[in-house]
Amino acid sequence: MLYKQIQTNKRKTMLLLSFFTLIVVGVGWAIGYLVNNDSLTGIIIALVILAFYLPITYLSATSQVLSMSGAKEVTREEYPQLYAVVEELCIASRLPMPKIYVINDPSPNAFATGLKPEKGVVAFTTGLLETLNREELAGVAAHELAHIRNYDIRLMTICIALVGVIAILADFGTRMMFGRRRGNQKSHPALLIIALVFVILLPFVSRFVHLAVSRNREYLADATAVEFTRNPTGLINALEKISADPRDVKKAKSATAAMYIDRPTGRKSKKRSSWFATHPPMENRIERLQNM
Amino acid sequence: MIHVGLIIGIAVIAILVIYAIVTYNSLIKFRNWIQEAWSQIDVQLKRRHDLIPNLVNTVKGYATHEKETLEKVIQARSQLVSGSAQDRIDADNEIQQTLKSIFALAESYPDLKANQNFLSLQEELTSTENKVAYSRQLYNKTVAEYNIKRETFPTIILANMMNFKRQEQLEIPEAEREVPTVEF
Repeated sequence: MLYKQIQTNKRKTMLLLSFFTLIVVGVGWAIGYLVNNDSLTGIIIALVILAFYLPITYLSATSQVLSMSGAKEVTREEYPQLYAVVEELCIASRLPMPKIYVINDPSPNAFATGLKPEKGVVAFTTGLLETLNREELAGVAAHELAHIRNYDIRLMTICIALVGVIAILADFGTRMMFGRRRGNQKSHPALLIIALVFVILLPFVSRFVHLAVSRNREYLADATAVEFTRNPTGLINALEKISADPRDVKKAKSATAAMYIDRPTGRKSKKRSSWFATHPPMENRIERLQNM
Repeated sequence: MIHVGLIIGIAVIAILVIYAIVTYNSLIKFRNWIQEAWSQIDVQLKRRHDLIPNLVNTVKGYATHEKETLEKVIQARSQLVSGSAQDRIDADNEIQQTLKSIFALAESYPDLKANQNFLSLQEELTSTENKVAYSRQLYNKTVAEYNIKRETFPTIILANMMNFKRQEQLEIPEAEREVPTVEF
Protein backbone atom coordinates (compact mmCIF):
# COMPACT_ATOMS: atom_id res chain seq x y z
CA MET A 1 0.00 0.00 0.00
CA LEU A 2 2.93 2.17 0.92
CA TYR A 3 4.54 2.08 -2.49
CA LYS A 4 1.26 2.20 -4.39
CA GLN A 5 0.49 5.55 -2.75
CA ILE A 6 3.74 7.01 -4.02
CA GLN A 7 3.01 5.62 -7.47
CA THR A 8 -0.44 7.20 -7.62
CA ASN A 9 0.99 10.46 -6.41
CA LYS A 10 3.62 10.49 -9.11
CA ARG A 11 0.97 9.68 -11.69
CA LYS A 12 -1.22 12.49 -10.39
CA THR A 13 1.73 14.85 -10.74
CA MET A 14 2.01 13.94 -14.41
CA LEU A 15 -1.74 14.30 -14.93
CA LEU A 16 -1.77 17.67 -13.22
CA LEU A 17 1.21 18.81 -15.25
CA SER A 18 -0.55 17.90 -18.50
CA PHE A 19 -3.78 19.53 -17.34
CA PHE A 20 -2.02 22.77 -16.45
CA THR A 21 -0.02 22.71 -19.67
CA LEU A 22 -3.31 22.52 -21.55
CA ILE A 23 -4.59 25.52 -19.61
CA VAL A 24 -1.39 27.41 -20.42
CA VAL A 25 -1.81 26.57 -24.10
CA GLY A 26 -5.45 27.64 -23.86
CA VAL A 27 -4.59 30.99 -22.35
CA GLY A 28 -1.79 31.45 -24.90
CA TRP A 29 -4.16 30.72 -27.74
CA ALA A 30 -6.78 33.11 -26.33
CA ILE A 31 -4.30 35.95 -25.92
CA GLY A 32 -2.86 35.47 -29.38
CA TYR A 33 -6.32 35.42 -30.83
CA LEU A 34 -7.57 38.45 -28.96
CA VAL A 35 -4.51 40.60 -29.48
CA ASN A 36 -3.26 39.65 -32.90
CA ASN A 37 -5.88 37.41 -34.45
CA ASP A 38 -3.08 34.88 -34.62
CA SER A 39 -3.37 31.96 -32.21
CA LEU A 40 0.01 30.34 -32.92
CA THR A 41 2.20 33.21 -31.65
CA GLY A 42 0.33 33.28 -28.35
CA ILE A 43 0.75 29.56 -27.81
CA ILE A 44 4.47 29.77 -28.60
CA ILE A 45 5.00 32.71 -26.24
CA ALA A 46 3.06 30.88 -23.50
CA LEU A 47 5.13 27.72 -23.90
CA VAL A 48 8.40 29.66 -23.89
CA ILE A 49 7.43 31.39 -20.62
CA LEU A 50 6.42 28.01 -19.21
CA ALA A 51 9.73 26.44 -20.27
CA PHE A 52 11.69 29.07 -18.34
CA TYR A 53 9.48 29.81 -15.38
CA LEU A 54 8.70 26.23 -14.38
CA PRO A 55 12.27 24.90 -13.94
CA ILE A 56 13.42 28.10 -12.22
CA THR A 57 10.62 27.98 -9.66
CA TYR A 58 11.04 24.25 -9.26
CA LEU A 59 14.74 24.42 -8.52
CA SER A 60 14.68 27.45 -6.26
CA ALA A 61 11.48 26.57 -4.37
CA THR A 62 13.03 24.99 -1.26
CA SER A 63 15.54 27.73 -0.54
CA GLN A 64 12.96 30.41 -1.31
CA VAL A 65 10.38 28.95 1.03
CA LEU A 66 12.92 28.64 3.81
CA SER A 67 14.25 32.17 3.48
CA MET A 68 10.76 33.65 3.09
CA SER A 69 9.53 31.98 6.26
CA GLY A 70 12.53 33.14 8.31
CA ALA A 71 13.39 29.57 9.32
CA LYS A 72 16.85 28.81 10.80
CA GLU A 73 18.56 25.44 10.86
CA VAL A 74 19.11 24.18 14.42
CA THR A 75 21.47 21.64 15.97
CA ARG A 76 20.81 18.56 18.04
CA GLU A 77 22.32 20.27 21.10
CA GLU A 78 19.79 23.11 20.93
CA TYR A 79 16.72 20.89 20.48
CA PRO A 80 17.54 17.35 21.66
CA GLN A 81 13.92 16.25 22.06
CA LEU A 82 12.85 17.56 18.66
CA TYR A 83 15.75 15.70 17.05
CA ALA A 84 14.90 12.52 18.94
CA VAL A 85 11.23 12.68 17.90
CA VAL A 86 12.04 13.23 14.21
CA GLU A 87 14.67 10.48 14.30
CA GLU A 88 12.16 8.02 15.74
CA LEU A 89 9.67 8.78 12.98
CA CYS A 90 12.32 8.46 10.29
CA ILE A 91 12.77 4.89 11.46
CA ALA A 92 9.02 4.25 11.29
CA SER A 93 8.73 5.75 7.81
CA ARG A 94 12.08 4.55 6.41
CA LEU A 95 12.99 8.09 5.39
CA PRO A 96 16.43 9.68 5.55
CA MET A 97 16.86 12.16 8.39
CA PRO A 98 15.66 15.59 7.17
CA LYS A 99 17.23 18.89 8.15
CA ILE A 100 15.46 20.54 11.07
CA TYR A 101 14.59 24.23 10.99
CA VAL A 102 12.94 26.40 13.62
CA ILE A 103 10.92 29.58 13.01
CA ASN A 104 10.93 32.11 15.82
CA ASP A 105 7.17 32.75 16.04
CA PRO A 106 4.64 32.30 18.87
CA SER A 107 1.90 30.92 16.60
CA PRO A 108 2.02 27.09 16.61
CA ASN A 109 2.58 25.78 13.09
CA ALA A 110 4.93 23.63 11.01
CA PHE A 111 5.76 22.83 7.41
CA ALA A 112 7.92 20.53 5.32
CA THR A 113 9.77 21.17 2.09
CA GLY A 114 12.29 19.47 -0.20
CA LEU A 115 11.52 18.03 -3.61
CA LYS A 116 12.67 14.53 -2.72
CA PRO A 117 13.16 12.64 0.55
CA GLU A 118 16.97 12.96 0.47
CA LYS A 119 16.61 16.75 0.51
CA GLY A 120 13.80 16.92 3.04
CA VAL A 121 13.46 19.81 5.47
CA VAL A 122 10.99 20.07 8.35
CA ALA A 123 10.36 23.41 10.05
CA PHE A 124 8.57 24.07 13.34
CA THR A 125 7.65 27.35 15.01
CA THR A 126 8.92 28.00 18.53
CA GLY A 127 5.26 28.43 19.49
CA LEU A 128 4.56 24.86 18.42
CA LEU A 129 7.49 23.48 20.40
CA GLU A 130 6.32 25.28 23.53
CA THR A 131 2.63 24.33 23.24
CA LEU A 132 2.81 20.64 22.40
CA ASN A 133 3.91 17.69 24.51
CA ARG A 134 6.09 14.90 23.17
CA GLU A 135 3.24 12.75 21.85
CA GLU A 136 1.59 15.67 20.03
CA LEU A 137 4.91 16.81 18.60
CA ALA A 138 5.41 13.30 17.23
CA GLY A 139 2.01 13.57 15.51
CA VAL A 140 2.94 16.84 13.82
CA ALA A 141 6.41 15.60 12.83
CA ALA A 142 4.81 12.47 11.36
CA HIS A 143 2.41 14.63 9.33
CA GLU A 144 5.32 16.62 7.90
CA LEU A 145 7.36 13.51 7.12
CA ALA A 146 4.26 12.12 5.41
CA HIS A 147 4.28 15.10 3.04
CA ILE A 148 7.91 14.33 2.24
CA ARG A 149 7.37 10.61 1.73
CA ASN A 150 4.26 11.10 -0.41
CA TYR A 151 6.11 13.54 -2.71
CA ASP A 152 3.45 16.16 -1.90
CA ILE A 153 5.98 18.97 -1.96
CA ARG A 154 7.01 18.21 -5.52
CA LEU A 155 3.35 18.18 -6.51
CA MET A 156 2.56 21.43 -4.73
CA THR A 157 5.66 23.18 -6.04
CA ILE A 158 4.73 22.35 -9.61
CA CYS A 159 1.19 23.52 -8.89
CA ILE A 160 2.41 26.83 -7.48
CA ALA A 161 4.73 27.38 -10.45
CA LEU A 162 1.98 26.63 -12.97
CA VAL A 163 -0.57 28.83 -11.25
CA GLY A 164 2.09 31.55 -11.37
CA VAL A 165 2.66 31.10 -15.13
CA ILE A 166 -1.06 31.23 -15.84
CA ALA A 167 -1.50 34.33 -13.69
CA ILE A 168 1.36 36.07 -15.51
CA LEU A 169 -0.05 35.16 -18.92
CA ALA A 170 -3.58 36.24 -18.07
CA ASP A 171 -2.33 39.51 -16.65
CA PHE A 172 -0.24 40.10 -19.75
CA GLY A 173 -3.23 39.23 -21.95
CA THR A 174 -5.66 41.63 -20.31
CA ARG A 175 -3.13 44.46 -20.46
CA MET A 176 -2.54 43.87 -24.18
CA MET A 177 -6.26 43.78 -24.88
CA PHE A 178 -7.00 47.05 -23.20
CA GLY A 179 -3.75 48.72 -24.15
CA ARG A 180 -4.17 48.53 -27.89
CA ARG A 181 -7.12 48.67 -30.28
CA ARG A 182 -7.65 45.50 -32.18
CA GLY A 183 -8.14 45.52 -35.92
CA ASN A 184 -9.34 41.98 -36.23
CA GLN A 185 -12.67 42.29 -38.03
CA LYS A 186 -12.17 38.88 -39.53
CA SER A 187 -12.30 37.01 -36.21
CA HIS A 188 -15.33 34.96 -35.43
CA PRO A 189 -17.46 36.49 -32.62
CA ALA A 190 -18.08 33.15 -30.90
CA LEU A 191 -14.36 32.39 -30.82
CA LEU A 192 -13.73 35.89 -29.54
CA ILE A 193 -16.05 35.32 -26.61
CA ILE A 194 -14.51 31.94 -25.87
CA ALA A 195 -11.05 33.53 -25.90
CA LEU A 196 -12.18 36.28 -23.53
CA VAL A 197 -13.73 33.76 -21.15
CA PHE A 198 -10.47 31.77 -21.23
CA VAL A 199 -8.32 34.70 -20.25
CA ILE A 200 -10.64 35.78 -17.47
CA LEU A 201 -11.64 32.40 -16.09
CA LEU A 202 -8.58 30.15 -16.40
CA PRO A 203 -6.51 31.87 -13.69
CA PHE A 204 -9.36 31.13 -11.27
CA VAL A 205 -9.69 27.56 -12.49
CA SER A 206 -5.98 26.93 -12.02
CA ARG A 207 -5.98 28.45 -8.54
CA PHE A 208 -9.04 26.41 -7.62
CA VAL A 209 -7.44 23.17 -8.80
CA HIS A 210 -4.26 23.95 -6.91
CA LEU A 211 -6.11 24.53 -3.64
CA ALA A 212 -8.36 21.50 -4.08
CA VAL A 213 -5.25 19.36 -4.51
CA SER A 214 -3.68 21.02 -1.48
CA ARG A 215 -6.68 20.28 0.76
CA ASN A 216 -6.73 16.69 -0.40
CA ARG A 217 -3.04 16.28 0.41
CA GLU A 218 -3.65 17.39 4.01
CA TYR A 219 -6.12 14.55 4.61
CA LEU A 220 -3.72 12.09 3.08
CA ALA A 221 -0.79 13.34 5.17
CA ASP A 222 -2.90 13.01 8.33
CA ALA A 223 -3.69 9.41 7.40
CA THR A 224 -0.07 8.62 6.58
CA ALA A 225 1.05 10.18 9.87
CA VAL A 226 -1.15 7.71 11.74
CA GLU A 227 0.31 4.89 9.66
CA PHE A 228 3.73 5.93 11.04
CA THR A 229 2.85 6.56 14.68
CA ARG A 230 -0.04 4.06 15.03
CA ASN A 231 -1.50 6.63 17.38
CA PRO A 232 -4.07 9.15 16.12
CA THR A 233 -4.49 10.75 19.57
CA GLY A 234 -1.23 12.70 19.43
CA LEU A 235 -2.07 14.30 16.09
CA ILE A 236 -5.71 14.96 17.09
CA ASN A 237 -4.65 16.78 20.27
CA ALA A 238 -1.98 18.68 18.36
CA LEU A 239 -4.45 19.80 15.67
CA GLU A 240 -6.90 20.90 18.35
CA LYS A 241 -4.24 22.98 20.08
CA ILE A 242 -3.00 24.45 16.78
CA SER A 243 -6.47 25.42 15.56
CA ALA A 244 -7.37 26.95 18.93
CA ASP A 245 -4.58 29.53 18.57
CA PRO A 246 -5.85 32.67 16.78
CA ARG A 247 -2.40 34.13 16.06
CA ASP A 248 -0.97 34.31 12.53
CA VAL A 249 2.51 33.18 11.58
CA LYS A 250 4.05 36.59 10.91
CA LYS A 251 6.30 35.71 8.01
CA ALA A 252 3.89 33.35 6.22
CA LYS A 253 2.90 34.52 2.72
CA SER A 254 -0.07 33.49 0.64
CA ALA A 255 2.30 31.66 -1.72
CA THR A 256 3.60 29.44 1.09
CA ALA A 257 0.42 29.22 3.17
CA ALA A 258 -0.65 25.91 1.63
CA MET A 259 2.48 24.21 2.96
CA TYR A 260 1.80 24.67 6.68
CA ILE A 261 0.04 22.03 8.78
CA ASP A 262 -2.83 24.46 9.35
CA ARG A 263 -3.50 27.75 7.61
CA PRO A 264 -0.96 30.26 8.94
CA THR A 265 -2.71 33.48 7.87
CA GLY A 266 -6.16 34.97 8.34
CA ARG A 267 -6.70 32.80 11.41
CA LYS A 268 -8.98 35.26 13.16
CA SER A 269 -11.69 35.14 10.49
CA LYS A 270 -14.47 32.65 11.15
CA LYS A 271 -14.85 31.31 7.62
CA ARG A 272 -13.00 28.05 7.62
CA SER A 273 -14.17 26.13 4.58
CA SER A 274 -14.46 27.49 1.08
CA TRP A 275 -13.48 26.62 -2.45
CA PHE A 276 -10.44 28.81 -2.11
CA ALA A 277 -9.25 27.64 1.31
CA THR A 278 -5.72 26.25 1.52
CA HIS A 279 -6.65 23.75 4.23
CA PRO A 280 -9.72 21.62 4.90
CA PRO A 281 -11.77 22.61 7.96
CA MET A 282 -10.11 21.36 11.14
CA GLU A 283 -13.30 19.65 12.36
CA ASN A 284 -13.31 17.45 9.24
CA ARG A 285 -9.67 16.51 9.70
CA ILE A 286 -10.16 15.63 13.34
CA GLU A 287 -13.31 13.67 12.56
CA ARG A 288 -11.48 11.60 9.94
CA LEU A 289 -8.65 10.93 12.39
CA GLN A 290 -11.09 9.86 15.08
CA ASN A 291 -12.66 7.36 12.70
CA MET A 292 -9.35 5.61 12.03
CA MET B 1 6.08 -17.96 -41.34
CA ILE B 2 9.00 -19.52 -39.53
CA HIS B 3 10.22 -16.01 -38.88
CA VAL B 4 7.00 -14.99 -37.14
CA GLY B 5 7.13 -18.08 -34.92
CA LEU B 6 10.76 -17.43 -34.12
CA ILE B 7 10.10 -13.80 -33.21
CA ILE B 8 7.18 -14.74 -30.96
CA GLY B 9 9.31 -17.43 -29.33
CA ILE B 10 12.16 -15.04 -28.64
CA ALA B 11 9.73 -12.42 -27.34
CA VAL B 12 8.12 -14.89 -24.92
CA ILE B 13 11.52 -16.01 -23.62
CA ALA B 14 12.65 -12.40 -23.27
CA ILE B 15 9.53 -11.51 -21.29
CA LEU B 16 10.00 -14.52 -19.00
CA VAL B 17 13.65 -13.66 -18.40
CA ILE B 18 12.83 -10.02 -17.64
CA TYR B 19 10.03 -11.11 -15.31
CA ALA B 20 12.38 -13.47 -13.47
CA ILE B 21 15.01 -10.76 -13.06
CA VAL B 22 12.51 -8.19 -11.77
CA THR B 23 10.98 -10.65 -9.30
CA TYR B 24 14.35 -11.84 -8.07
CA ASN B 25 15.56 -8.28 -7.54
CA SER B 26 12.47 -7.24 -5.65
CA LEU B 27 12.69 -10.30 -3.36
CA ILE B 28 16.34 -9.46 -2.70
CA LYS B 29 15.35 -5.87 -1.97
CA PHE B 30 12.80 -7.03 0.59
CA ARG B 31 15.25 -9.43 2.19
CA ASN B 32 17.74 -6.62 2.64
CA TRP B 33 15.08 -4.34 4.05
CA ILE B 34 14.19 -6.98 6.63
CA GLN B 35 17.86 -7.28 7.58
CA GLU B 36 18.19 -3.52 7.77
CA ALA B 37 15.09 -3.26 9.96
CA TRP B 38 16.50 -5.86 12.33
CA SER B 39 19.87 -4.14 12.55
CA GLN B 40 17.98 -0.96 13.49
CA ILE B 41 16.41 -2.81 16.41
CA ASP B 42 19.81 -4.22 17.27
CA VAL B 43 21.42 -0.78 17.38
CA GLN B 44 18.69 0.56 19.66
CA LEU B 45 18.79 -2.42 22.04
CA LYS B 46 22.56 -1.94 22.41
CA ARG B 47 22.01 1.75 23.02
CA ARG B 48 19.54 0.88 25.78
CA HIS B 49 22.02 -1.60 27.21
CA ASP B 50 24.66 1.16 27.38
CA LEU B 51 22.38 3.81 28.86
CA ILE B 52 21.01 1.75 31.73
CA PRO B 53 24.14 1.78 34.00
CA ASN B 54 24.19 5.59 33.80
CA LEU B 55 20.54 5.74 34.79
CA VAL B 56 21.05 3.32 37.67
CA ASN B 57 24.02 5.33 38.94
CA THR B 58 22.08 8.57 38.80
CA VAL B 59 19.04 7.13 40.54
CA LYS B 60 21.09 5.25 43.19
CA GLY B 61 22.25 8.44 44.84
CA TYR B 62 18.71 9.65 45.41
CA ALA B 63 16.61 6.57 45.90
CA THR B 64 18.53 4.11 48.03
CA HIS B 65 15.39 2.23 49.04
CA GLU B 66 14.61 1.15 45.50
CA LYS B 67 17.43 -1.41 45.26
CA GLU B 68 15.12 -4.16 44.09
CA THR B 69 13.81 -2.23 41.09
CA LEU B 70 17.31 -1.22 40.08
CA GLU B 71 18.62 -4.77 40.36
CA LYS B 72 15.82 -6.01 38.15
CA VAL B 73 16.83 -3.59 35.41
CA ILE B 74 20.47 -4.60 35.66
CA GLN B 75 19.53 -8.27 35.40
CA ALA B 76 17.32 -7.86 32.36
CA ARG B 77 19.91 -5.58 30.77
CA SER B 78 22.38 -8.31 29.85
CA GLN B 79 19.62 -10.12 27.95
CA LEU B 80 19.35 -7.15 25.60
CA VAL B 81 22.52 -8.06 23.73
CA SER B 82 22.44 -11.86 23.84
CA GLY B 83 20.03 -14.63 22.96
CA SER B 84 17.63 -15.07 20.06
CA ALA B 85 15.78 -12.18 18.47
CA GLN B 86 12.58 -12.96 20.33
CA ASP B 87 14.47 -13.34 23.66
CA ARG B 88 15.99 -9.92 23.27
CA ILE B 89 12.67 -8.35 22.39
CA ASP B 90 11.15 -9.99 25.48
CA ALA B 91 13.98 -8.64 27.65
CA ASP B 92 13.32 -5.21 26.22
CA ASN B 93 9.64 -5.44 27.12
CA GLU B 94 10.57 -6.37 30.67
CA ILE B 95 12.99 -3.46 30.94
CA GLN B 96 10.39 -1.11 29.59
CA GLN B 97 8.06 -1.99 32.45
CA THR B 98 10.77 -1.49 35.08
CA LEU B 99 11.93 1.77 33.55
CA LYS B 100 8.39 3.06 33.76
CA SER B 101 8.42 2.47 37.50
CA ILE B 102 11.81 4.18 37.82
CA PHE B 103 10.52 7.23 35.95
CA ALA B 104 7.40 7.22 38.13
CA LEU B 105 9.70 7.03 41.15
CA ALA B 106 11.16 10.41 40.29
CA GLU B 107 7.82 11.94 41.25
CA SER B 108 8.47 11.18 44.92
CA TYR B 109 12.07 12.45 44.84
CA PRO B 110 11.97 16.15 43.88
CA ASP B 111 15.79 16.37 43.80
CA LEU B 112 15.98 13.52 41.34
CA LYS B 113 13.23 15.02 39.22
CA ALA B 114 15.20 18.26 38.98
CA ASN B 115 18.47 16.49 38.15
CA GLN B 116 19.52 17.54 34.62
CA ASN B 117 21.41 14.32 34.06
CA PHE B 118 18.37 12.26 35.01
CA LEU B 119 16.12 14.28 32.72
CA SER B 120 18.32 13.89 29.70
CA LEU B 121 18.71 10.16 30.41
CA GLN B 122 14.96 9.88 30.68
CA GLU B 123 14.52 11.58 27.30
CA GLU B 124 17.18 9.38 25.71
CA LEU B 125 15.70 6.18 27.09
CA THR B 126 12.20 7.21 26.04
CA SER B 127 13.46 7.97 22.56
CA THR B 128 15.36 4.69 22.38
CA GLU B 129 12.24 2.82 23.45
CA ASN B 130 10.20 4.57 20.77
CA LYS B 131 12.87 3.75 18.23
CA VAL B 132 12.72 0.08 19.21
CA ALA B 133 8.94 0.19 18.87
CA TYR B 134 9.06 1.89 15.48
CA SER B 135 11.80 -0.40 14.18
CA ARG B 136 9.77 -3.38 15.32
CA GLN B 137 6.75 -1.97 13.54
CA LEU B 138 8.81 -1.43 10.39
CA TYR B 139 10.30 -4.91 10.70
CA ASN B 140 6.90 -6.54 10.94
CA LYS B 141 5.48 -4.44 8.12
CA THR B 142 8.40 -5.32 5.86
CA VAL B 143 8.17 -9.02 6.76
CA ALA B 144 4.43 -8.98 6.00
CA GLU B 145 4.99 -7.34 2.62
CA TYR B 146 7.80 -9.78 1.82
CA ASN B 147 5.68 -12.79 2.76
CA ILE B 148 2.72 -11.56 0.75
CA LYS B 149 4.93 -11.04 -2.27
CA ARG B 150 6.68 -14.38 -1.79
CA GLU B 151 3.52 -16.38 -1.40
CA THR B 152 1.35 -14.96 -4.14
CA PHE B 153 1.17 -16.48 -7.59
CA PRO B 154 3.28 -16.47 -9.73
CA THR B 155 6.12 -15.21 -7.53
CA ILE B 156 5.85 -18.31 -5.33
CA ILE B 157 7.13 -20.53 -8.15
CA LEU B 158 10.29 -18.50 -8.50
CA ALA B 159 10.65 -17.97 -4.76
CA ASN B 160 10.57 -21.72 -4.12
CA MET B 161 12.99 -22.40 -6.95
CA MET B 162 15.45 -19.85 -5.61
CA ASN B 163 14.98 -20.84 -1.99
CA PHE B 164 13.46 -17.66 -0.56
CA LYS B 165 12.16 -18.70 2.87
CA ARG B 166 9.15 -17.40 4.73
CA GLN B 167 10.14 -14.89 7.46
CA GLU B 168 8.56 -14.67 10.87
CA GLN B 169 7.25 -11.52 12.52
CA LEU B 170 8.31 -10.44 15.99
CA GLU B 171 5.64 -11.10 18.54
CA ILE B 172 4.55 -8.50 21.03
CA PRO B 173 2.74 -9.34 24.26
CA GLU B 174 -0.91 -8.28 24.26
CA ALA B 175 -0.49 -5.51 26.84
CA GLU B 176 2.32 -3.88 24.87
CA ARG B 177 0.37 -3.19 21.73
CA GLU B 178 0.14 0.51 22.37
CA VAL B 179 3.13 2.80 21.98
CA PRO B 180 3.96 4.10 25.44
CA THR B 181 3.10 7.73 25.90
CA VAL B 182 5.30 9.65 28.25
CA GLU B 183 4.22 13.05 29.49
CA PHE B 184 6.70 15.62 30.71
